[in-house]
Amino acid sequence: MSLVNFTTREITCKIVYYGPGRSGKTTNLHYIYGRVPDSRRGRMVSLATQTDRTLFFDFLPIDLGQISGFSTRFQLYTVPGQVYYNATRRLVLQGADGVVFVGDSQARQLDENLESLQNLQSNLLEHGVDIRTIPLVMQYNKQDLPRELILSPADLDDALNFRGVPSFGADALHGKGVFETLKGISELVLKKLAAGTAA
Amino acid sequence: MTSALNPKYSFETFVVGAANRLAVTAGHTVAESPGAAYNPLFIYSGSGLGKTHLLMAVGHAAKKAAPKLNIEYLTLDEYVEAFHASVAAGQGDAFRRRFQNVDVLLVDDVQFLTNRKEMQSELLRLTEALQEGGRQIVLTSDRPPPEIADLDERLISRLSGGLVVDMGPPDYETRVAILRRKADERGARFEPGVLETVAQAEVGNVRELMGALNRLVAFQAVNDTKINAETAKQILGLVGDGAAQPGDARAPAAAKSGGGDEFGEFLADVTVTVGKAVEAWRARVGEAVLRWEGEGYRTHRLEALLQRDAPGAVDKAIAEFAADVERLKALEAEVAELDPQAAGQSVFRDPERVSEAEQAAAKVRDGAGPPPGPSAAFPLAAFAVGPSNQVAVSAARAALERPGKKYNPLVLVGKSGLGKTHLLNAIGLELARGKRAVVACLSTQAFIDELIAAIDGNRVDWWRARYRRATALLLDDIQLLIGKERTQEELFNLFNLLQDKDRQLVFTAPAHPNTLSGLEERIVSRLEGGLVAEIKEPDREVKRAVLERMLSQQGPTPEPTLIDYLADRPTDSVRSLVGLLQRVLGAAAAQDGPLSAGLAREVLEGQAPRDTRRASGFRASGLVVSSLGGIKSREKVVWDWVDVADRMIEEFR
Repeated sequence: MSLVNFTTREITCKIVYYGPGRSGKTTNLHYIYGRVPDSRRGRMVSLATQTDRTLFFDFLPIDLGQISGFSTRFQLYTVPGQVYYNATRRLVLQGADGVVFVGDSQARQLDENLESLQNLQSNLLEHGVDIRTIPLVMQYNKQDLPRELILSPADLDDALNFRGVPSFGADALHGKGVFETLKGISELVLKKLAAGTAA
Repeated sequence: MTSALNPKYSFETFVVGAANRLAVTAGHTVAESPGAAYNPLFIYSGSGLGKTHLLMAVGHAAKKAAPKLNIEYLTLDEYVEAFHASVAAGQGDAFRRRFQNVDVLLVDDVQFLTNRKEMQSELLRLTEALQEGGRQIVLTSDRPPPEIADLDERLISRLSGGLVVDMGPPDYETRVAILRRKADERGARFEPGVLETVAQAEVGNVRELMGALNRLVAFQAVNDTKINAETAKQILGLVGDGAAQPGDARAPAAAKSGGGDEFGEFLADVTVTVGKAVEAWRARVGEAVLRWEGEGYRTHRLEALLQRDAPGAVDKAIAEFAADVERLKALEAEVAELDPQAAGQSVFRDPERVSEAEQAAAKVRDGAGPPPGPSAAFPLAAFAVGPSNQVAVSAARAALERPGKKYNPLVLVGKSGLGKTHLLNAIGLELARGKRAVVACLSTQAFIDELIAAIDGNRVDWWRARYRRATALLLDDIQLLIGKERTQEELFNLFNLLQDKDRQLVFTAPAHPNTLSGLEERIVSRLEGGLVAEIKEPDREVKRAVLERMLSQQGPTPEPTLIDYLADRPTDSVRSLVGLLQRVLGAAAAQDGPLSAGLAREVLEGQAPRDTRRASGFRASGLVVSSLGGIKSREKVVWDWVDVADRMIEEFR
């Protein structure tokens, strides 16, 4: 999928929220959905199990309107976090312009975070994408939980953020850090695009 | 032929600031009472600072004050064109009358007087006539009169005689005022602070300011959103850090309706990023277009890029365009030196036609061969040096060490046959060794003949250009200029031009320049401004050197006594010495005998053997000298008359 189509003058950014199960990816999308004016958002598609876990994926299209003469659209996807849905994750990752890794800040979830990160790396590789080149930001969710249960963003950076990408502490349920994360990934994606066309 | 005054350019629309207040006041004064106050009024400023506007404003104001006044505005190019047209139509006088009846004459862009001698004298005449008649003349230029290259001094003093004022670039406040006025004129409305932001940009002139404003107007029209100061900075590329300010009301109004601030902020950020990232190439192309257009080049190729949807290899295209422009500049500069008129061709301003420009330049190059160079027959090494010419030779060597800087001009004086021509050509040959040296070395007669041919062929400009690019000019027998007024005029201009550029000038003359009556005073004074070095009658040392060199060419080693004998003979020039030697050599050849002092004595002291008759057509010196020189010298006198007996037989046949 091409990110910028100069012929039809469209910019389409596909951003995938990745991470272990129950880390808050869908919550991010819900919060965003709630803040986007009606005229700007499409229908949010959410395929969930009966226990409200994402079964297939969530999809939120946002129309940013005309920017510099381009009709600009963001497509936000989440993947199912549970380990056994890997085929779906790989499918959703296809053609992603940027990835938000939503980690669970709870100390006991650290291994799940690591595992998911490794899974992300291998799935990207399946698509021929090097995790070191794709725009990526980290979001450490659930920072609102009691201190004794969670790791600080700095600790999580040490544990997970090998590449030193932008990272954001967040409380997706209340919206803290959600838009910061989205801005962060958008900027990276668009800047990469600039580097691509300037050559 | 002349342009009408543009109604938009009046004092009412002219924004006055500190930098142009004086010029505007002077303009008002002149318009109120033409011919009375500052006459001529000369306004100069950099490009795009309002010269033309002010000039037309004077015209409008004068017309308003006195509607009956005859006001004429034209650019210098139009003036030249009008002049040429009327001359071609045989109505040069009508042209002069037409302009002499103008009450207020406004001439724009007089800096183009460079290289236009006829127009300079025409303008001088006109200025004088208008001033005498109490009529006003206002001129503009991009530089003050003394800095206009190649401008006649009389015209400089005439133009500087009234009031010369300059206009600087507008200050911040003036820039804001100009922007407000222009935005009003265009019916564009901006949020507060936008125009102030634009005015903060460091721009060199008003035209660039207008360019910036135009971009904002266009952007606003296309995007259908109001621009604020921050976006304006983005659009104009004025932002260094690109730091976004949260809460900034950058987002389109629709975004705010339901979503709260967060989405609006996000949208604003994305807008900025897209502007910088996705469309950055457009800004680069736009800048390139503005830049080259400002320099007067056609930018169709770049504009076509903007029509495209995808950026593609934009930077490469811009680089190629820049390279083409550089090539055109180089060609234009080259052609301008060879033929200033040809350099005005539009082909040198259109990067789409580089190959045509190459061809045009090649044509000019072919047409303008280098001027005649020095003769290889006179190497410096073969020039015999002695006390009699030591001064001249060391001056020549000094001049060669630092051409154009030490002795410029160098004037070699001395009687005929002392080696002036040899030394002149020798200097020429040495100078010609330099890289890219173009040495013009020729006789004054040839110089005059070339000019006459050029006038005849209507190619005087071309002829001038040929000499103007010479890195050294060496003229033999400068006295031949006497009575050639036009050549003196041309030489005078050429002289000044070359001397200004530190190019070596060498002349020869039979006597000190100030004794040559008939040579214009200004030329004489310039000749004397350098070094006048005299070559005296050859001393024994010089003579010996000459004899040794000539005899060594004969092969067998000559008797030393022969050289002594010949060197001691009284001779007043090298040429006559050579003549003597030739006679001896001739005699020796005829007798088939050895060269000896005895033979020489026999030949030269009247004891010539009867059969040493010279071959017919033999010339003593072997040199051909222009008869126009009119200098008496020994070799031009017939020495050997045919024997009476022989002549009688001849006549009785």
